[in-house]
Amino acid sequence: MFYREAGDFKTTYREDMQTFPIRLDRRAYWMIVVLAFVVAPFVVNDYWTNAVLLPFLVWATAALGLNLLTGYCGQVSLGTGGFMAVGAFAAYKLMTAFPGMNIFFVVLLAGVVTAVVGLLFGLPSLRIKGFYLAVATLAAQFFFVWLFNKMPWFYNYSASGQITAPERTIFGILVTGPSAAPAAKYLFTLTILFGLAWLARNLTRGRTGRSWMAIRDMDIAAEIIGVNPLRAKLSAFAVSSFFIGVAGALFFTVYLGSAEVTEAFGIDKSFLVLFMIIIGGLGSILGSFLGAALLVLLPVFLKNVMVDILGWETYIAAHLELMIVGGLIIFFLIYEPHGLAQLWRLAKEKLRLWPFPY
Amino acid sequence: MTSEAITHGGAMNPEGDGWVTPDGRHIGPVVLEVKNITLRFGGVTAIKDISFDIREGEIRAIIGPNGAGKSSMLNVISGFYHPQEGEIWFRGQKRPPMKPFQVARQGIARTFQNIALFKGMSVLDNIMTGRITLMRSNMVDEAIWWGRAEREELAHREAVEKIIDFLEIQHIRRTPVSRLPYGLQKRVELARALAAEPKLLLLDEPMAGMNVEEKEDMSRFILDVNDEFGTTIVLIEHDMGVVMDLSDRVVVMDYGKKIGDGPPDEVRNDPQVIAAYLGVSHE
Repeated sequence: MFYREAGDFKTTYREDMQTFPIRLDRRAYWMIVVLAFVVAPFVVNDYWTNAVLLPFLVWATAALGLNLLTGYCGQVSLGTGGFMAVGAFAAYKLMTAFPGMNIFFVVLLAGVVTAVVGLLFGLPSLRIKGFYLAVATLAAQFFFVWLFNKMPWFYNYSASGQITAPERTIFGILVTGPSAAPAAKYLFTLTILFGLAWLARNLTRGRTGRSWMAIRDMDIAAEIIGVNPLRAKLSAFAVSSFFIGVAGALFFTVYLGSAEVTEAFGIDKSFLVLFMIIIGGLGSILGSFLGAALLVLLPVFLKNVMVDILGWETYIAAHLELMIVGGLIIFFLIYEPHGLAQLWRLAKEKLRLWPFPY
Repeated sequence: MTSEAITHGGAMNPEGDGWVTPDGRHIGPVVLEVKNITLRFGGVTAIKDISFDIREGEIRAIIGPNGAGKSSMLNVISGFYHPQEGEIWFRGQKRPPMKPFQVARQGIARTFQNIALFKGMSVLDNIMTGRITLMRSNMVDEAIWWGRAEREELAHREAVEKIIDFLEIQHIRRTPVSRLPYGLQKRVELARALAAEPKLLLLDEPMAGMNVEEKEDMSRFILDVNDEFGTTIVLIEHDMGVVMDLSDRVVVMDYGKKIGDGPPDEVRNDPQVIAAYLGVSHE
């Protein structure tokens, strides 16, 4: 059987509107879910879990969040790093102030705190658009890095200015702290990402998602058919910041363990996430995953090839890596502004008619 | 009111607040009335002291040379511009200054002179977006999806499919609108406006740039919408043949002023209107 829609008939609107209309897609999806939840924790070794899978999951969460705002609602944000910092510091303060609180709720509450902060920084979007808005969100980025450096209350007056995540458990299994098993960290992060991705899909398929996309594509027309621009934009900022806050909390508590704000949540992180969604595909949930996967895996892959296989010096490899990633971004901006997700969509369209040209 | 009925050659209905057109359609009471509207941009007066009414079930045309203020008038009705003077009465109530999305929620939909579709979305999504004012589920419902949000989505999908059938665009449901030819884009825009089930539909040059065949199709759709859904339609159009054939009453504007108002035949023979359109010879 070919991979295509033809011959896969739908008899109800419910079937027609499902997330994966093609049968093979549905099978692939469930296979990936089973692989990720059941097989991977036992098969993948600790190095790979820590160096590849965990950062991929965290960045995918952040990319998903930014994609909701930039890809779906069309509001460019360069404040991702700052909002991740808010999530991380909120998680830290919650963990130290309420030691009994379950880490799961700590992460979610950190997301809620970030959502409120994001809402405030979304207010300028009501008056300004495009580049100007990007600059306004850039202010958030610098403001939070400054704030978390200058106000010792946020890092509990520790001498180094660093925050360190205490050990926390879920069902009696350690998920944070240096002695937590990588597989446990992985499953914890994966579960949250899975839930958030499902949430993102639901929000983007209905009324809210359409009002975001309407604002993105033509705000005047959106208003005339009854979209309240204030509500649409602010809800996009809030939901997006929630995702990014959760990503920041996970990044700090589960992945890094301890963090220093300037280094962990600098402007480079804002750009990294933006590149992820540009390469992956703006306005696509699959794209957020593909972009995160590419930008997390590519450096590891390049390093493996250049240093371990070709035997080049590390610094040459590091510089080449920057050039290759930069080149890729330019390539995508020029040839496929809708990213990997669009390539996938086009492939599907070609396959629909294959082997005939039209 | 009576005089209007007489010039129509139609019979007054028993309530005395409308009439029956020669082709058997019922024109009801006044739905929207603009009173003494004046709109200025800085020193330029775009609309000057204009009043007219729109009755339930009728097709009301607004015509006039370029720059006469027709589109500005529609923008006033749909809440984009706020006139310096004058009042708008909608369904018997004076309307306070409103934002466009609030106007939409009152049941006034419109299309644009230049196509204003959501380019990144499919035809189906565009039309579904048109029903946004009718959707009631909140964000929590939607995040969970199962249950209320899904039920609502399915119900609206069914309604949208009826409009898709009605406007004969089944074959392009899944196509991104940016890939469609101009004529079809115009039709999708009409579909999106109709999806809101408006009481009053404002069409800003629905046939601009179309060939004869496309114009015929569009005229047919406009008449069918009016006939089957009973939608009141306000139409701006330059094609006089279309205007005279479709509309029940015509407002003529020139340089922001109203220079004529009445059934097509009466307006057509009005010397002032002829002067505005053809010019007068100064002997």
